[in-house]
Formats: sequence, structure tokens, C-alpha cells
Amino acid sequence: MMGKVVSFVKRFYLAIIFIFMYLPIGALMVFSFNESKNMASWAGFSTHWYQQLFHDPVIAEALWVTISVALISSVAATLIGTLAAIGLDGFKAKTKNAVLNFTYIPMVNADIVTGISLLLLFIFFNIPRGYWTMTLAHITFSIPYVIFSVLPKMRQLDRSTYEAALDMGAKPGYAVRKVILPQITSGIVTGFILAFTMSFDDFMISFFTTQGVTQNLSIYVYSMARVGINPMINALSTIMFVVVITLLLIVNLQSLKSKPLKRPRAKSIEY
Amino acid sequence: MDTRTKALDTSKALSFPYVVWLVIFILAPLVLIFVYAFTTTGSGGVTILTAENIANAFSPTYMSVFWRSVVYALLATGICLLLGYPVAYLLSRMKPRTASIVSMLFILPMWMNFLLRTYAWRALLDNNGIINQFLGSLGLEPVQFLYTGGAILFGLVYNFLPFMILPIYSVFQKMDRSCLSAAYDLGANKWQAFWKVTLPLSRGGIVSGITMVFMPAMTTFVITRLLGGGQFMMYGDLIEMQFLQMSEWNFGSALAVVMMILTIIFMYVMRKYDKEGEGAGLM
Repeated sequence: MMGKVVSFVKRFYLAIIFIFMYLPIGALMVFSFNESKNMASWAGFSTHWYQQLFHDPVIAEALWVTISVALISSVAATLIGTLAAIGLDGFKAKTKNAVLNFTYIPMVNADIVTGISLLLLFIFFNIPRGYWTMTLAHITFSIPYVIFSVLPKMRQLDRSTYEAALDMGAKPGYAVRKVILPQITSGIVTGFILAFTMSFDDFMISFFTTQGVTQNLSIYVYSMARVGINPMINALSTIMFVVVITLLLIVNLQSLKSKPLKRPRAKSIEY
Repeated sequence: MDTRTKALDTSKALSFPYVVWLVIFILAPLVLIFVYAFTTTGSGGVTILTAENIANAFSPTYMSVFWRSVVYALLATGICLLLGYPVAYLLSRMKPRTASIVSMLFILPMWMNFLLRTYAWRALLDNNGIINQFLGSLGLEPVQFLYTGGAILFGLVYNFLPFMILPIYSVFQKMDRSCLSAAYDLGANKWQAFWKVTLPLSRGGIVSGITMVFMPAMTTFVITRLLGGGQFMMYGDLIEMQFLQMSEWNFGSALAVVMMILTIIFMYVMRKYDKEGEGAGLM
């Protein structure tokens, strides 16, 4: 009897927290199909906010900025970060740790401080704020995530295989491509995905480094939300959430399917 | 042998683009914060060295904003810990398959832009919003939720709760259960086992959770604007105002310096509590 009560309390507690987490998301989704603009009363089913959404040039522009900046910055950060991790691994511990301590700075500092420090840089060198300053800022805060995803892989890899390749007459570039890269691919992919999502979701640093001139989705939502309720935002968030859930489900189903194969690899991911 | 050393040096050279990037985009901007904080533009556009901005940042007016933000961030962190710790614990007690699904459900909301979720709460907590309609149907008077300190605290807890749950959960997952059975074998009761074994072993996760909640809660201005209606000035609002509304870059930089000092003190204290250095990351 007592055990039943305890298990009920546990379930009830988790359920409350769940409702707390999902209530706003559910509300956004339901009211994105509302006929009226009101987010408090239901006036009948309608998809016209979705139709408006697809014909809104400002949202289309913001979406384009978000996706293109996320792609450019994550590719650049993955490239610079991966090369950095490969190179840093060859240094003595002292030099390496010095560089890594500096690499921690953007991760430890409050986003607002990173944002304004970059804004000051662009002001100081008179670089007009906008799309490209946002991209540079995103590359900057993404690189550390790539480095810290790739570095553990470099630690596991046997560096003597690289040296052996060199002894056998491989050129350094060839040896890096053929010996090192294949062994650190999973770290590079993790770093890329992290960089992409961080960029896609960023508000604070984008807001400061563009001074609000160029709008990505986050900045657009912020400027709209301050004015009042805009049902197009509801429609947009519903689409974004469904896309994310679908992607996550695909990734997860795949990892469930290939579980027996992945086991030995999963173990080596721990660091 | 000589060509081989040379080749090894070439591989080191791969990190040079990053080192250049680090100097330009991480170190130089930080130096600039200090340069701006300790200078002012005098008549005729000359730059003058001054401690005025820093002194101003430490003046009672602005320190009162600072302490208010500290209190709100601490309260939010405390509530997140109280709410999140049991969730992480319950998750770790589930069957692995259920736990992986349930923990994914907790991560999922984080994938929706936090601005959107905060914006949704604005509609829900409105005087004519769904929650007040529900209260009305129970025969209760409508409550003014929005634009209060409570709404800000609520928004902070809502946004940062997952960042508290995940690191603690990941520590629980790795925890050696045999320590717990040993404690029971040696005659510990449930409370003793919790205080003496479970809690100390999960310290790394608690420390990471606090780190991930406190600093962002301290510096947000979005939540205070959207849910607090700009009535409660927080430190993030103050910095944002100096930079984006008043173009007071020197004074704004001085405020950022105060923020960095707080970060350093905070990190130092957290490291001390996490002596083993086994803080669990989010990933």
C-alpha cells in the first residue's frame, strides 16, 4: 500500500514537471490553428496564419539569415577547430594547455560579455554591423565546441601510426588525411552538429554583434514579442518544433537499430 | 629523421589559423573591454585614461541593480536545484530504455527557441490568458502574474531547469550503485544513505548544474523584458541599455568588467566545491 502511494507521488511529480515544460509549447501549437488573433479564446480552426507566414518577406529573410549563417559558421568553425585540434595535439602539454585555457574563455564568459566584446571590436575597427559581423561572431563562439569534441578523439588515437605513415614516405598532408581524419570523424561530426545548433538558436551574441540591424529568427521573434502577440510566430514555432522532433526521432531510431554494432564504439566516446 | 621532425612540425602548423583567430576574436575584444572601461572621450575626441567609469559602476545606484540580479539568479538556481534534483534521481531509477525516452522528453523543449517559449508564457500568464480563465472558472479572482518579480523568477526557472536536470542525471547514471548497497549492508537507513552517499557522489553534477543556471540567469534581459515588462531593471538590462540604446560604450564596458569579476569569483568558488574536478558536462 505504502509503496503504491510512493510510486504514485513519483509519477505525479514527474507529470507536473512535464506539464510545466510543455504547456507553453502546446499552447503555441494549438493557437497557431486559431481563427482569431487572440491567444486566449478559441475561435475555430484555420490555417491562414500558416499561409500568411509563407508569404511574409520579413520572416523569409530572417529564416534565410538564420540558416545561411548557421551553415557558413558551422562549416568554418569545424574546419578551423578540427585543424586546431590536430595541430594542438602535437604540442607539449604546457603550450597546449595555455591555448586551451584561452579557448575556454567564450564558454565560461557570460554570452552578454562575449557579445559586447565582439561588438567593441567591430566598433573599434569601424566594421559595419550586420550579416558578416554576425557570421564572424558565430564562428568565434562555435570553434571551442568543435575543438572540445575533436580533442578527446585525438587523445585516443595512436600518434605513432601517423609517424609510421611519415616514415613510410607519406607526405604530411596525405598522412593527416589518410591516417588521422578517418579516426576522428565522429568527433568532427559531433562538433559540427553542436556548432550548427548553437548558431541556429543564438540570440544574445547575434543581437549585440548586429546591433539589431540584421535579423535572424531569434532577433525577429524578440522584436515581435515585445510588441504583442503575432499568430504567425505561433505557426513558425510549430513548424520548427515538428522539424526538430522529426530529426531527433530519425537520429534516435537509427541509433536504436544499430545498437549492437555501436556498443564498442559508444564505450570509447566517454571522456 | 630530419624530414620527419619537419613533418611533425607541419602538423603543428595546422593549429595556426585558430591561434590567429583566437588572438583577433577572443583576446583582442577582451582587451578592448578593459580599454573602453578605463578611458573616456574628452573634448575634441581625445581619449583620456580614467577610473570614473569603474567608480560609477560600483556606485550604490548600480550596485543595487547588481545585488537584485544576484538575488534573483540565486533564487532561480536554488529552485531549479530543488525541482530538478528529484527529477534527475527518478530518471536514473527507471529502466534504461524508459529512462532514455523520458530524458529525451526533458531535452526536447530545449530545442525550441527559448524566446518562443518565453513569448508563449506571456500569453498564458496574461490577465485574460488561459491560466486566469481557468482560475476564473474555479470562481477565483484573476491574478496579476505578468510584470511582477514573480513572473521573472518563474521565467528563469522555466528556461534553465533542464540545464540543472541533465548534468545531475548524467552523474547519477555513472554512479557506482555498489556504494549504496554497501551503505545499506553497513546498517545505514534511507536518509543516512542519501546524505552520506548519494548526495556527495552527485556533487559534481550539482556544481555543473549551478554553473549552467546561475550565470545565464544573472545576465538575461530577454526574460526580464518579456515577463517583467521592463519594470525590474536587472544587470543584463543595464548592460544592454548602455550598449544598444544609449551608446555609452565606456560605461557599458565598465559594467562588463564587473560581470567578468563576478564570473571569476563564481568559477573559483565552484571549482573549490568540485575538488575532484569530475563536473559532468551537458553532452
